[in-house]
Amino acid sequence: MTTFLLRRIALIVPTLFFVSLLIFGLQQLLPGDPAMALAGEDRDPAVIAFLRQKYHLDQPLPVRYALWIEGVVHGDLGESIRIKRPVFDLIAEKLPVTGELALIALLISLSIGIPAGIIAAAKNGTAVDYGTTMAALWGLSIPNFWLGILLILLFSVELGLLPASGFVSPGESLRQNLLTLIMPAFVLGNAFAAGMMRHTRSAMLQVLGMDYIRAARAKGLSEVSVVLRHGLRNALIPVVTLAALDFGALLSGAVLTEQVFTIPGFGKLIVDAVFNRDYAVVQGVVLFTAFAYILLNLFADIAYVVLNPRLRT
Amino acid sequence: MTAQILEVLSAEETIGEPPWLRAVRRLVKRRAAMIGLGVVVFFILIAAAAPLVSPYDPLATSWTAVRKAPSVAHLFGTDEIGRDVLARIIWGSRASLLAGLVSVMLALAVGVPIGLVSGYVGGALDALVMRIIDAMLAIPFLILAIALAAFLGPSLSNAMIAIGITQMPIFARLTRGQVLSVKHEDYIEAAHAIGNPQYRVVLRHIFPNIVPPLLVQATLATAAAIIAEASLSFLGLGQQPPDPSWGSMLNTAKNFMAQAPWMAIWPGLAIFSLVLSLNLFGDGLRDALDPRRE
Repeated sequence: MTTFLLRRIALIVPTLFFVSLLIFGLQQLLPGDPAMALAGEDRDPAVIAFLRQKYHLDQPLPVRYALWIEGVVHGDLGESIRIKRPVFDLIAEKLPVTGELALIALLISLSIGIPAGIIAAAKNGTAVDYGTTMAALWGLSIPNFWLGILLILLFSVELGLLPASGFVSPGESLRQNLLTLIMPAFVLGNAFAAGMMRHTRSAMLQVLGMDYIRAARAKGLSEVSVVLRHGLRNALIPVVTLAALDFGALLSGAVLTEQVFTIPGFGKLIVDAVFNRDYAVVQGVVLFTAFAYILLNLFADIAYVVLNPRLRT
Repeated sequence: MTAQILEVLSAEETIGEPPWLRAVRRLVKRRAAMIGLGVVVFFILIAAAAPLVSPYDPLATSWTAVRKAPSVAHLFGTDEIGRDVLARIIWGSRASLLAGLVSVMLALAVGVPIGLVSGYVGGALDALVMRIIDAMLAIPFLILAIALAAFLGPSLSNAMIAIGITQMPIFARLTRGQVLSVKHEDYIEAAHAIGNPQYRVVLRHIFPNIVPPLLVQATLATAAAIIAEASLSFLGLGQQPPDPSWGSMLNTAKNFMAQAPWMAIWPGLAIFSLVLSLNLFGDGLRDALDPRRE
C-alpha cells in the first residue's frame, strides 16, 4: 500500500505542473498586447508601462512562467486590477460562502441519491427502478439555472415562502442563512444526487450479483439486512471515488447557482472578474479549483485503498 | 426433421447480420431512445426551417407588445422589448444545435487522434500525454470553459471552441483506453503479421473496433455541450445580444420573473427537452451497442 500511496502522490506533481502551464498559457490567448488588455479601459501609458514591468511582459515566456510560478508557490496569485487587492485574499474571503453552499448541497444529494440508488437496485427491473432511473435522467438533463428560476417562481414569487436571492452569513443569523441557502443548495445538489443515484444503483447491482450475497440470503438473513449490511457496505467503496470525480461538476454548478441566486461566493467572483477583465482573479480561481479537485481525488483514491481490505497488501 | 432445422435457422437468422444492423435493430426496439431521437430530429428540422416556421422576425421589437402573456398572436408571449418568444426559441435552436455539433466535432477531431497515437505508441509519449489530459480534466468543465471564453472574448464561436477544448480530454482518454483494450487482440496481431504498416493497423483495424463507445460518448457529450452553451450564454459569455440563444433568453428572463414568467419557462423547457432527448438516445444507443445485453 505504501508503494501505491507514494506512486499516487508522485503522480500529482506532473499533473500540477501541466495545470499551471495551462493556466499560465490562458494569458497568451489574450488578443494583442497583454498589457493593454490587462489595463482594461484605462489606456494610460504609465499604467501600461507599470503592468508590463509588474508582469515582466518584456521578459521571454519561460522566465515569465518561472516568475509567476514562484509567486504562486508562495501564495501570491497576483492582484485584482479592479479591486486592488491580492487574489488570494479574495478567494479566502469567498471560499466559506461557496463551501457552505456546496456542503449543504452535498448533504442533500447524498440523502436523496444513495437511498434512491439502493431502492432502484433492490427493486431492479420493476416500475420503481424504472421510475427512479427516469427521475435521475431528468435530474441530469435539467439545466440547474433553469431549475433555480422555476423554484424562485414557485417558492418566492408565487408562495412567498423563501427569499429569492441574497446571502446572510451564519454568524449574523443562522435561520436566515439556512433560509437563503436551502433553495440554491437543492438546485446545486440536484444533478449531483442524480449522479450519485446512478453510481449507487450500478455498484449495488454489481455487488448484489456476488456469491457472498447469495450466501447471505441462503443463511436466511432478512432482505433488508442482505441489502444494507452486506450489499451497501461493499457498494459504497466505488461510490466514494465516483463522488470525488463529480466534485468538479458541483463546483461548475456553483458558478451558475450563485449567479441565479446572487450569492457572493466563488462563482460570482469568477464571473464578475470575467466581465471586469480582471484576468489575475480568473487565473487564481481556476488554479485554486484545479488544486482542490486534484487533492480531493487524491484523498478519494487513498480512501478507496484504505476502505477496501482487498487492496491492503 | 428438415422443418425443425429450418425453424431453428430462422430463429437464429440474426447470426450472420452485420453488427451495425443488429445494433440498429436493437435500437429501434427501445421506445425511450426512439422518442428521444424523434424529439432531436424535430429540433433539427425546426432549426433548419426556421425562416419558414418562425411566426415573426426574432429581432423585431415592438413597443406596443412589451411582456405580453401568451395569446393567439404570440403563442409563447413576448419579451421585455416586445420580441416574440416563440420566434426567438425557434431561431435560438440554431445556436444550441450548432454549439452541440461543432464543439463535439472539434473535441472528436482533436481528442481521437491523440488517444489513438497515445494508446498505440505507449511508453513515455503515452505517459506525457496522459498527464496533460489529467491536468485538463482537473479543471472543472464549466470553469475551464468560462476561463477560455473570458480570455478568447465572449461570442458564440469562442464558446464553441471553449466547450470543444474542455471536452477534448474526455475523448482522448476514452480512445486511449479502448485502443489499449484491443491492441493485443489476436486480429490486431494478425494484421501486423501479414505486414500491414502501422498507420494502416491503427486506422483500418483498431479504429473501426472502437467506434461504438465513441459514438455513445459523442451523443452524451452533445447533450453536455448544449447545456454548456446555454450556461455560457446565461452568464453572458456565449451568443451575444440581440441574436437569440436559449441561455441568454433565460439570463434576461431572470430579471422579469414576477412580471413575465413565460419568458423563463419556454427557453428552459426547450433546453431541458433537447438535452433529455439526447441523453435518452445516448443511453439507448449504449445498450443497443453492448453485445452483452439483449
